[in-house]
Amino acid sequence: MSNVLRPYLAAVRSTLTAALTLEDFSSQIVERHNKPEVEVGGSKEVLLNPLTISRNENERVLIEPSINSIRLSIKIKQADEIERILCHKFTRFMMQRAESFIVLRRKPVKGYDISFLITNHHTDSMLKHKIVDFIIQFMEEVDKEISEMKLSLNARARVVAESYLSAFNS
Amino acid sequence: MAAPEVFNLAQVPITSHSFNADRTRVAVSLTSNDVQIFDRHGNDWKPTEVLSEHDKQITSIDWAPNSNRIVTSAQDRNAYVWQQTPDPQTGHLIWKPTLVLLRINRAATYVKWSPNEDKFAVASGARAIAICSFDPEGDWWVSRLLKKPIRSTVLSVDWHPNNVLLAAGSADMKARVFSAYIKDVDKRPAPSVWGEKLPFNTICGEYASPSGGWVHSVGFSPSGDVLAFASHDSTINIVYPGGPAIHTIRMTTLPLVTLAWTSEESIVAAGHDCQPFVFSGNAQSGWQLVGSLDDPNANKASGGSRSGFGGAPSPVGRLQSSAFNTFRNADSRGISSSPGSPISGPGGSGESELFTIHQNTITNIRAYESVGAGQVTKVSTSGVDGKLVVWDVSNVTPVSAGGLAGKMGNLSLR
Repeated sequence: MSNVLRPYLAAVRSTLTAALTLEDFSSQIVERHNKPEVEVGGSKEVLLNPLTISRNENERVLIEPSINSIRLSIKIKQADEIERILCHKFTRFMMQRAESFIVLRRKPVKGYDISFLITNHHTDSMLKHKIVDFIIQFMEEVDKEISEMKLSLNARARVVAESYLSAFNS
Repeated sequence: MAAPEVFNLAQVPITSHSFNADRTRVAVSLTSNDVQIFDRHGNDWKPTEVLSEHDKQITSIDWAPNSNRIVTSAQDRNAYVWQQTPDPQTGHLIWKPTLVLLRINRAATYVKWSPNEDKFAVASGARAIAICSFDPEGDWWVSRLLKKPIRSTVLSVDWHPNNVLLAAGSADMKARVFSAYIKDVDKRPAPSVWGEKLPFNTICGEYASPSGGWVHSVGFSPSGDVLAFASHDSTINIVYPGGPAIHTIRMTTLPLVTLAWTSEESIVAAGHDCQPFVFSGNAQSGWQLVGSLDDPNANKASGGSRSGFGGAPSPVGRLQSSAFNTFRNADSRGISSSPGSPISGPGGSGESELFTIHQNTITNIRAYESVGAGQVTKVSTSGVDGKLVVWDVSNVTPVSAGGLAGKMGNLSLR
């Protein structure tokens, strides 16, 4: 892991640890409902200030805490057109299978590539530091994954071009 | 200096717990619509009875020690008072529910019997507190609502020993002291530091949390002259209304969500840091953090692995049953925690157990055993990890660097 990434992930980790102090909270707006307040946004007093952690202009994390849920959105690094396409396909693939990732949100928050929604039910049934580990691991892996995909895409393009052009070589 | 007694009641969160007078039985709610009563058999708790009447999750339980009645509140906007009565057919004692006319239209969040057990207060998400008293004519509990300055969900309430004053902490970042005087029930209260004339809904005090956090828990001292409240900005505040002085302790840990007075000069409070902290002080010398009832370092030593950072509780786990837990987590939660896994990021936690006894947020702390007036010798805690623990209050371990600060200090070393 590069030295620049380390303090960035450390900042995300400690912010997430502090933000994951959730409790059960029944809706004040609708009778007998219990919804993630960060998504509903109906009662302003149970929302905390959203927080952005930026590594650079292309990579940032938005953490929006509330009394019973937090929303974490990640903007993944996209340097060129290929990375943009790969990132879009990759996150779309994950979000279509959101229920098997439990904390993944089906749509990203505007301006971000992928969002997680963690509610008090998740922190009740799973270990908190493991949820944090999962998010951090995801952030670590996703850059690696996309650059690997880009490399193999380029390699494949080269092989295809070579075999195509070799027909004209003889 | 007895070690804490740990009881694993369930694998699911315990929302609330309350003991009966002689502590042979405990009523808990295990994140469900039912109240489960456990009986103590030696060193073990056996489930005996289930009280089911609510149709949404139960939020709070209180067992009146003298009149032996249980009051429960739930997110279905209702509260029930349960009383043991003989069954007309069989003659067995069964718990009979009485509906309470709460007149609130949002979830009931917290319930507490008054010291004389002739009234109780139900906090609610309807920005109101219902003060309930028994009406023998209708054979039900009727309520009067405290409404006026409350702007958000009330998260906790506590009664003053004079049976009239009520403290409430709410999500609008304020702790307040109200008068809950009901003419037919109460005698005129003697004047106290909180005021002299106390008609219903008098506001005797309103205190904001210093950095604007939801007030999770409030508590009157045994004499009733001091109020403490814990809020989400990781502070605990002790209010002397006569002074008027407010002592604020800012913690470096995650927020505290529950507190209990153990004497006139000490408080035990716990929360998201999974261990109960002890505070002590008085009006003159101020208040400070004394230590913790849990000793993460001793637990760590017994487990074997020691992290490099001296003294700080680290997020990595106890090892006694780590193999078991690895498989259980892999099975039930899809978590792999094998040491070679690529999971460990910066400060990554390879183990899944914490060093503290409670493995998740402590949501409830109550006085368990006391001698004399207000001198509590043992407290009980329950939490999201399904454990019920009884702590000896005198067994305090000093804390050096705790919580988040300790964890972050840990990070920079790796």
